[in-house]
Order: sequence, then C-alpha cells, then structure tokens
Amino acid sequence: MNRVSNAFLNKNGKAFIGFLTAGDPDIKSSERFILEMEKAGADLIEIGVPFSDPIAEGKVIEAANARALSCGTTTDTVFELVRNLRAITQIPLVLLTYLNPVFKYGYESFFECCNSVGVDGIIIPDLPHEEKGELTEHARKNDVRIISLIAPTSKERIKRIAESSSGFIYLVSSMGVTGVRDNIDTDLESIIKDIRAATDTPVAIGFGISTPEQAKALGGISDGVIVGSAIVKIIERHGVNAAPYLYDYVKSIKCELI
Amino acid sequence: MDKGRYGIHGGQYIPETLMNAVISLEDNYERYRNDKAFNDELTELLNNYAGRPSRLYYARKMTEDLGGAKIYLKREDLNHTGSHKINNVLGQVLLAKKMGKSRVIAETGAGQHGVATATAAALLGLQCEIFMGKEDTERQALNVFRMKLLGAKVNAVTSGTMTLKDAVNETMREWSKNVSDTHYVLGSVMGPHPFPMMVRDFQSVISREAREQILQAEGKLPGAVVACVGGGSNSIGMFYHFIPDVEVKLIGCEAAGLGAETDKTAATIATGHVGVFHGMKSYFCQDEYGQIAPVHSISAGLDYPGIGPEHAHLHDTGRATYVPVTDSAAVMAFEYLSQTEGIIPALESAHAVAYVMEAAPRMSREEIILACLSGRGDKDAAVVARYKGVGINE
Repeated sequence: MNRVSNAFLNKNGKAFIGFLTAGDPDIKSSERFILEMEKAGADLIEIGVPFSDPIAEGKVIEAANARALSCGTTTDTVFELVRNLRAITQIPLVLLTYLNPVFKYGYESFFECCNSVGVDGIIIPDLPHEEKGELTEHARKNDVRIISLIAPTSKERIKRIAESSSGFIYLVSSMGVTGVRDNIDTDLESIIKDIRAATDTPVAIGFGISTPEQAKALGGISDGVIVGSAIVKIIERHGVNAAPYLYDYVKSIKCELI
Repeated sequence: MDKGRYGIHGGQYIPETLMNAVISLEDNYERYRNDKAFNDELTELLNNYAGRPSRLYYARKMTEDLGGAKIYLKREDLNHTGSHKINNVLGQVLLAKKMGKSRVIAETGAGQHGVATATAAALLGLQCEIFMGKEDTERQALNVFRMKLLGAKVNAVTSGTMTLKDAVNETMREWSKNVSDTHYVLGSVMGPHPFPMMVRDFQSVISREAREQILQAEGKLPGAVVACVGGGSNSIGMFYHFIPDVEVKLIGCEAAGLGAETDKTAATIATGHVGVFHGMKSYFCQDEYGQIAPVHSISAGLDYPGIGPEHAHLHDTGRATYVPVTDSAAVMAFEYLSQTEGIIPALESAHAVAYVMEAAPRMSREEIILACLSGRGDKDAAVVARYKGVGINE
C-alpha cells in the first residue's frame, strides 16, 4: 500500500516534510538522520538522489549533492538506504531526483526497484507536466506517486497540473532555486484556492522555508510544509554528528504545525 | 509530446518555474518569425551591423598544398565580434526587446557568445549579464575584458567543472529567479524547445548564403560540408539548407580532447549515450548512473558534454556523420591555416579545418569540400602558446 497519504491524515497537525540528500556526509548517517527526524515528528521524508548538475537547487543543496557523489553515493546506494529503512519504519518516503538518473537506470527497472524497496513517490524537478507521460505507466504499475510541482508562474497551468496530480502537490513558494529566504511574498492563498477547485490532492509548500514562524504561517494555509536547505545546512555544519541538532530543529518546526 | 521533437530527441525538460517563460517565448517567436517588420529589422542589423553576407573564400594555397578536393571556407570569422554567434544573438536580443524584456542573460564557453550578447545588448539598449565557468574566464581572459568593456556584468561560475555546462546551469538558475523581465539568450541549438529550433533558424543564414555562393562560384554542390560541433550552432547553421541535398555529405567535427578513447574528451556522439539534460533529450557524456561526465577540450567553446537534439537526430538517421578530432590535430590545423592562408581560425573552427586537411587529399580534384570557419582565432593565441609551452605576456 502506498504510504504518501498517511502524511496528510491531519491526526497530528499539518504535515512536516523534511528533505536531505542521500549520502551526505555518508549513507549510514542519512539513515540515522531520517530516523531521528521521524522521532522528532516528521511526517514524510524526501530523499535526494544526488546529481552532478542539480539546476533547480541553490548553493546549499548543490554542495550537498557534490559531497554525496564524492563519497560514492549512487542510485543503487539510495535504493539500499530505503530498503534498510523499511526494515525499521513505515514513514512515507519520496525520492527527489533529476530525470537523467531515472532515464539512464531505465524507467521500468527504476520504478520496479522503487516498488520492491518501498519508495512511495518521486519528485522530478526537470520533468514538467507536458513530459510526464513517458513515466506515468511505469509509476502506476509500481504504485509510485509522481508528485507534481506548481510554481508562482504556473497560472493557467494550475488546473491541468492539479487535475492529474497524485500523492501531494509540491507548491513552490517563490521563484528561483531552493534555499533559505527571509520573505516569501507570493500570493500563495490564491494559488491554493485554484488548486483546491481542481483537486482534493493535498498541497505542501516548499522552497525557502526555514523558521518556525514561516512554517506556522504557511502550514496554516496548506496541508504541510517542506524544509530542505535549512536541514541540509545543519548536516553541513555538524556532519556525522548532526542527529541531535536535526531532532531539535524538526521538533521546533513541527510544534508550530500542530 | 511531439512539439520540438527531432525523432526521439528534444522536448522541454525544465522546471515548472520556467515553463511559462518558455511557452511565452515560443508564442512570441512564432509570431515574430513571420513578421515582415521584424525580419526587415533583423536583416538590416545582420547586413549593415554584423557585415553579412559573409564571404565564401576559395582556399587556393591550401587546395594546391593538399592536392585533392577544392577547399572553400565560409568566413563567419569575418562577422562583427568575430564569430557566427552574432547571427543568433541579434535575432534573440531583438526578439527580447519586442517581448518587452529589459535584461538579457547568457552562458558562454570561449566567450564568443558572451561577447556577441554583450554587443547586441549594448546596441539595442538592454542590460546584460554573462555567466562563464571560472576555468574559462582564465583561459579566455581577453574575452572577459571585452564583455565588461561592452557594459556587461560577468559572473565567474565556481561550481562543478567550472566550464560551459556549469555556466548553463547557473544561467538557468538565474533565469528562474527573474523570468518576468529577463530573456535567456541561449547560445547554441540546445536547451528546451523552442531554443534548438529558433537558434537553428537564426544560424541557417550561413547555409542559405553558402549554398547560393558555391552554386554561383562552381555551378555545383560540394561533395562534403564540414563544421565543428559543441552544442552545434554553427554546424546546424552550416548544414541546414544542405540537408535536402542528399548527395552532400554533412560532417560534424567533435572535440575529442586527448582522444575519444580517453576520459579527457568532449566527443559526445563518439562516447555519449541518450539522456535528458539541460532541457532536452539527446546524447550526453555520462556515467552508468546518468551523472554528467566532466569533459575536456582545448577549445572552451566545444568543452560541453552534450549535443543539440537536431544533431542527435541527424546522427540517428545517418544524414550527418560525426567524427572526433583531437586537441593536437586542432592545434596543428590552427597553425597550418595561419601559415598557409594567413587566416588564424578559432580553435573550435580548427577542428573542422583538421578534418578538411585529412579528407581533402582523399577526394578527387573535381570535388569540393566546404568548411565553416565559425570564428577567428585571436582569442586563442594565448591558449595555443601555453599548449606549446611558449611564454607570452598576455
């Protein structure tokens, strides 16, 4: 059974979605960090498959990708990580990967592996709605949700994207790349209104969220928040010893969502 | 989707943040490509500002020395700013202006596209910012100064391999931050649709002229048309109007670096595999997990791990042939053309000249081989001096 919707049951407040890059600083630490974030209240974990050229990422996550690749992380290592986690936890797990690693692995094998190790969904930043068709059948057959992204510039595209969405919708809070921002001034409420008119799929907001205040405000108008760069920064600073810091940080955000 | 496809290649594989910008570009391009006033204005700029039509030059000494096919050179190096890049840039910057954009951004490898973009922005009154790999800012320091002189801001990109591919990454990131007022002047026949089509259209002026010129000079078509290929803009421009002439061989010269059999190469067709990157499906140098490979070429303009989707399709169908040419062959051709014809070619173009040196003697004296001299080599004097271990004061 697909686990993505478990993150949005709302039994325990709005969803907290935490992101980290697999293999940063090493794959064993990633496993510990994910379990620690779950303990602190995370509802879903987005696991980044490192890529040589992450064009939608800001400096922080780009550097994490480089660190993960330099210690030998591959698509297979990431599948192994998920397999190990599944022996311990049922938390929803979604991979974030650029399209080329999926394409090179072979769509069929990639999604079969997702299914066999227990990946629930996939986010592909460089796969817009129009090009999604080449993957949907493989994803459906293997019970993997393709998470659609909607951006501040999506406008008349919102309806089309929302109607074919599954799992949850990743609403990009502001233009540009991932990374911590002081202010988010997009009119997210009106975008969410348009999404709600087209679908019941839950909406989580990401890009630029780092503080409890931002989480509270954005959680209030959506079904959850996604935090990436702020978590990766903690890992960058504390390396293999980041677990307790991640726990405290995730806890501080999650308590604003309840 | 079938839009912007060349066989299986092409497409629009970009983040959602950029989709509406690309769709709006597509709509505007469709509108202006058939607009008489736009085309008149562009032709005026190409002719009276960039110096078109460019000459088709019969390389008599080279022909006699090599003793085979008659060698003709399409002199894109004589264009304003010194390369074919100006053809595309004038089209795109003019389009950006019509679209109401106030700022253009661009990636550059060797600096030729950056210089051309800065030039057109200065002329047409738009702000300009260029992204260039740090390694390239060092090996092409003169072009960095030229861009600044023209009023552009130049950002040295320090991520990844610090070359052309990283400059493209950074320009895409910058575009996603400022889509409303900024147009991304992509420099090659790559990226998401409509770029490969639009850049090809703007560059196809090369073969439109060359085909007429050779028919006028010789009364027949050439046996082979040759051009260097990185992303592939001068080559697609040089091939385009010859594609229906099936008797004309089309030869693209890839940068083999130290050799296509080594890991210090940028020969995408020879060593790459189908993938999806920088907005397009095409061939890319990559590892077994789809990580884009670090590539190498002495020529910064060909130092790119991919190739435009239309070239990928011309390769798949066999209409064009892509051959690897090494750094050392390119440097030899650089010196040969300088000493034989008194023309210093860009190192990029020298890859095509190297192929001509090898192919012409194997062809009969009745045949013609036509090569695109995509740029001039002044910018490469320091690079070649370093390659040969000659100390010069830059």
